[in-house]
Amino acid sequence: MGKKVTLDADGVYYKQLNEQIRDAIRNGAEEIELLNVRGQRYIGNAIDKPVKFLVHGVPGQDMAAFMRGAFIRVEGNAQDGVGNTMDDGEIEINGMAGDVLGYAMRGGRILVKQDVGYRVGIHMKAYMDKAPIIVAGGKAGDFLGEYMAGGAIILLGMDSTMPENAPITGRSLGTGMHGGVMYIRGEVPEYQLGPGLSFHPLEEEDMAFIRTHVEAWAKAFGKDAEEAMKGTFRKVKPFSKRPYGNMYVGTN
Amino acid sequence: MLFKPISQNFNDFVIDRDKERCINCEVCVRQCSYEAHFWDDARQCVMHDNTKCVGCHRCEALCPTGCLTIKKNPADFRDNALWTPTYMKHIYKQGDTGGILLSGMGSPSAKPIYWDNLQLDASQVTNPSIDPLREPMELRTYLGSKPDKVEVEETPEGPRLKTKIGPQIKLEYPMMFSAMSFGSINFNLHKAMAMAATELGIVYNTGEGGLHPTLYKYGANTIVQVASGRFGVHKDYLNAGAAIEIKVGQGAKPGIGGHLPGEKIDEEVSKTRMVPVGSDAISPAPHHDIYSIEDLLQLIYALKEATEYRVPVSVKIAAVHNAPAIASGIVRAGADIVVLDGFRGGTGAAPTMIRDNVGIPVELALAQVDNRLRDEGIRNWASLVVAGGTRCSADVIKAIALGADAVYIATSALVAVGCTLCGRCYTGKCPWGIATNEARLKKRQNPEIAAKRLTNLVKAWGHEIQEMLGGMGLNSIESLRGNRDKLRGIGLNEVELDILGVKHAGR
Repeated sequence: MGKKVTLDADGVYYKQLNEQIRDAIRNGAEEIELLNVRGQRYIGNAIDKPVKFLVHGVPGQDMAAFMRGAFIRVEGNAQDGVGNTMDDGEIEINGMAGDVLGYAMRGGRILVKQDVGYRVGIHMKAYMDKAPIIVAGGKAGDFLGEYMAGGAIILLGMDSTMPENAPITGRSLGTGMHGGVMYIRGEVPEYQLGPGLSFHPLEEEDMAFIRTHVEAWAKAFGKDAEEAMKGTFRKVKPFSKRPYGNMYVGTN
Repeated sequence: MLFKPISQNFNDFVIDRDKERCINCEVCVRQCSYEAHFWDDARQCVMHDNTKCVGCHRCEALCPTGCLTIKKNPADFRDNALWTPTYMKHIYKQGDTGGILLSGMGSPSAKPIYWDNLQLDASQVTNPSIDPLREPMELRTYLGSKPDKVEVEETPEGPRLKTKIGPQIKLEYPMMFSAMSFGSINFNLHKAMAMAATELGIVYNTGEGGLHPTLYKYGANTIVQVASGRFGVHKDYLNAGAAIEIKVGQGAKPGIGGHLPGEKIDEEVSKTRMVPVGSDAISPAPHHDIYSIEDLLQLIYALKEATEYRVPVSVKIAAVHNAPAIASGIVRAGADIVVLDGFRGGTGAAPTMIRDNVGIPVELALAQVDNRLRDEGIRNWASLVVAGGTRCSADVIKAIALGADAVYIATSALVAVGCTLCGRCYTGKCPWGIATNEARLKKRQNPEIAAKRLTNLVKAWGHEIQEMLGGMGLNSIESLRGNRDKLRGIGLNEVELDILGVKHAGR
């Protein structure tokens, strides 16, 4: 058990709070508990040490942007931009998360107990041994996985605050996708898919992959993994690594 | 019966080979990556196919006997002021393929170049001119946010600056090498730009393609770019440079994203961009985390937090209709540098229609942005940089007189290493070894030699700028910044003069 530091964020501006966090890490903190967080931005931004954060309250925009290797658990909802261009690490949000979750994320895993907003997982990409993963227990807004170039998104549609008849995902699902994979549990009308995309049958290895991450999600939030696995998953993957390869004619 | 495209023989260029002088050495065959020259076994001599010539002049430059001349195809269509051959050929191609027209390099279209309508002043009799060869002449430039006022305190050791000044980029010349990504151009030229920038005391910009691990040591002379694809962007990259630039737009293709085709992504490019080999690297049109000035502020401060406020953050936009209002928003969002990229700026690939028809001349945008920021009293909050089609040192000095703090150059840098503006960068087969990652082609650029040529260019422009400054009786580039009284317009109408904020020559 490493050195633990507790910081009270009550009334502290984000700049000072993040300075305090960086100072604590420089002084050897391995576990940081943040109390009374109310919208302070950039928590965990560019932290590249395996520090464990426990956040009480609602962290502000761009939490864990550029983060590499830390762990953050949020006891509450999170705002927009969680895991923006994140390189590695793990995030658990015991609530809902806002828009643009995991934008251009390159590695690590984000688990969200309930719903996520619009533009989630846009341009996620995989590289060598890095493959980012997002698991959300609720529903998602439009443009899920747009421009996706790698990694995986698992959307369970189970634990949602949205009306029951609200669709699991929004429009333009996976538009421009040229890598990675999405697994969506439940019915998704074909018209919600981006141009050229279609649903694919699941292989055994898909199910094994889903199980691994759904179990992690269930464990993080005290949910029943078996119930989640009972549903039917639809798989979305790109039709080409070069979706726009043949659109042009050269001139000068 | 048509068995080939109707436009097949409407080639732009013809290869003129002086058979008297040709020694069939096949240098042209080896040099031409488009296979316009070939060895004809039946005739036992070198032959050529005019339809494949792109007019890059590589063969002409390297022919040991000088027997080759690349000429414009003299075959004329019937004169028609509306339907010029360019439009007709575009239509033939689109009839064949249904494709979007794609171009490389900046727009060749004939649109006003306001630099050419601006004349500089010189001292006569009063306020004597200065000879920069014998007297000090300051070109040093600092880019970054400047305080509203400075406070100085007296100490026993003398006066000391009390005001805390934000991070700055220090430039020995008011010029920087503009963003060209590793991938769009190859490693040899990235290394050359890094070496030249270091030697010159200026900076080069990585473009959106990450930074090769071996180039981190040139970090003090590097601006690292963050664009919508976020390729190769991580903590070490952000902290590697002297500044970070958020690329929102590019002059050659305002409003659209980038697209590095899979075939240009080899092992090294893949490593640096952190995307798989052979997969397209697509930069979306917008940053999907920036839909407003408030969102831009969020990214600016995310980057400042990631670098602990050590480096300035720049925001680059294409010069478009509402540039002044946008620039004001950018400055208020916390940017330390604003870059305006004009429509004549280069590109590795852009849809032709966008390149030739979107955006406004950077001269007009610059004058208006400078005005707007001054009117709002926030001009000192950020430095202003212009980019896009700067051809000579006079263009640079005119930009500074109009209100720029520094100028980005890129096309001129490529021309310095051999580019002939053939505009086929998107093929990845650049015979000059510039816009290509093919091993046999890229070795045509030697980093040391290219660095020397880039250094020569900037030094030469620096000398010329000093001469012109001296002629105006100024001994520092700072005295010229936004000093539009040193400019006069020629052949401009009243609206243009009003926008540029300069008087007509004779007034």
